[in-house]
Amino acid sequence: MTNALKLPTIPAFTLPPLFARLGARLPQWPHSLNLVLALNAAKKLGMLPEETLQELEERSFRVTVLDTGITAEFCYRGGSFRPVFVSPGQPDLHFTARLSAFLQLVSRQEDADTLFFNRTLTVEGDTELGLRVKNMLDALEWPSLSWQGMRPTFVKS
Amino acid sequence: MAAKPQLVCPAGSLAALKAAVDNGADDVYLGFRNDTNARNFAGLNFDEKSLAEGIRYAHQRKRRVLAAINTYAQAGRFADWTRAVDNAAALGIDAVIVADPAVLDYAAQKHPAMRRHLSVQASATSYEAINFCREKFGIQRAVLPRVLTLAQVENVIRNTDVEIEVFGFGSLCVMNEGRCWLSSYATGESPNTIGACSPAKFVQWEKKPNEMDVRLNGILIDRYGNDENAGYPTICKGRFEVEGETYYAMEEPASLNVLEMLPEIIKIGVAAIKVEGRQRSPTYVAQVTRVLRQALDAAMSTSAAPDKYSVKPAWAAELGKVSEGSQITLGAYNRPWR
Repeated sequence: MTNALKLPTIPAFTLPPLFARLGARLPQWPHSLNLVLALNAAKKLGMLPEETLQELEERSFRVTVLDTGITAEFCYRGGSFRPVFVSPGQPDLHFTARLSAFLQLVSRQEDADTLFFNRTLTVEGDTELGLRVKNMLDALEWPSLSWQGMRPTFVKS
Repeated sequence: MAAKPQLVCPAGSLAALKAAVDNGADDVYLGFRNDTNARNFAGLNFDEKSLAEGIRYAHQRKRRVLAAINTYAQAGRFADWTRAVDNAAALGIDAVIVADPAVLDYAAQKHPAMRRHLSVQASATSYEAINFCREKFGIQRAVLPRVLTLAQVENVIRNTDVEIEVFGFGSLCVMNEGRCWLSSYATGESPNTIGACSPAKFVQWEKKPNEMDVRLNGILIDRYGNDENAGYPTICKGRFEVEGETYYAMEEPASLNVLEMLPEIIKIGVAAIKVEGRQRSPTYVAQVTRVLRQALDAAMSTSAAPDKYSVKPAWAAELGKVSEGSQITLGAYNRPWR
């Protein structure tokens, strides 16, 4: 079987404006730290291709989740993802979308180009870098997750 | 009764190949990670390891893998294209999809047992051109450019023994397929030369409060309002000022979708139906393959009574959603002019 995450269908939704107002007032560094921990764990598990990672060296990234008011900033340096606590101004690549779009993307419910065509996902900065990151994420072989108990089982092909 | 067309689906990664196979593709087509194929984008395509794994996965499930080696060999670098053909043969690829006559000739001479398909990039629209390639290079299949009406496709099929493959779904090129130099006009690079239309390094998306601009090597291609759907950043799908009016001067961003004419396509004897989109994600491949598999099976099961076939709303919704610019079209198949 294919290696899609077997999760319930995620509808397109927008959180009430209160979330964004509150979220924007909270410190943003924990989000950067969490994302970086996840990315470095994926790297350690060998899920991210070394060849593509080398192309990310010294590049900076920002992920903005519009309806939560959350922004995570990080860079890739010396072979690791690192949080950026003080914004350098414009990052090399900036993804912006609502929470539901990011969830749909990560769970492989929707295609990045589809979300881009219907203007749900915005990508700014270095377009080639964006394409490289998109293609790296698309090429990932996700483990198959069983929703009951969320126990990961790696698929044998 | 007409034979059931093969469903030929795209893969830009091993995950996409598996998605195509698992959702009902008969054939999966892909490219090497270099400029020998027309989807040469950063981080896309197959190295030898992932290709060997993909071929194993497909063959275990009785599906075929086709390698697109469909750019034109560049001066002084012919060996890069012959190496791609040799690698395809060594890895056990079921067919190569080729446009360049010199590469076709090499494949025919060196690997006569490996099937050869004429790529859409060869721009062969007449049965004379296709029969010529059959005679000279022993091609078994030709992929028709998306410029012919259904009646013209039927005429080609009636006058050749070569299997005919047509596009069934996906982003459209301007009606000059395989011969288009619009990307080169702006960037000096094009699908036939470096394997990419509007290479990403030349593309700049600029978000402003009420609009989004897209430029190709500095040339403004389009300016989208916040409520407008976007397309790929190609010149053919841009809006330009012509005699004081700004509009899509060449074509609108849209995807070809033949669901409603599947019974007619089957009836005229098309051998294979192709889905565009090696640059798209495994999600797209799964979504489109699943819908076309169901639609093809439904059209075949009602082929004795084609009026019993109808496009299910769920199929139309799924394909409409993933379409470029969120728009679909029958393209040239039903154009009234000749």
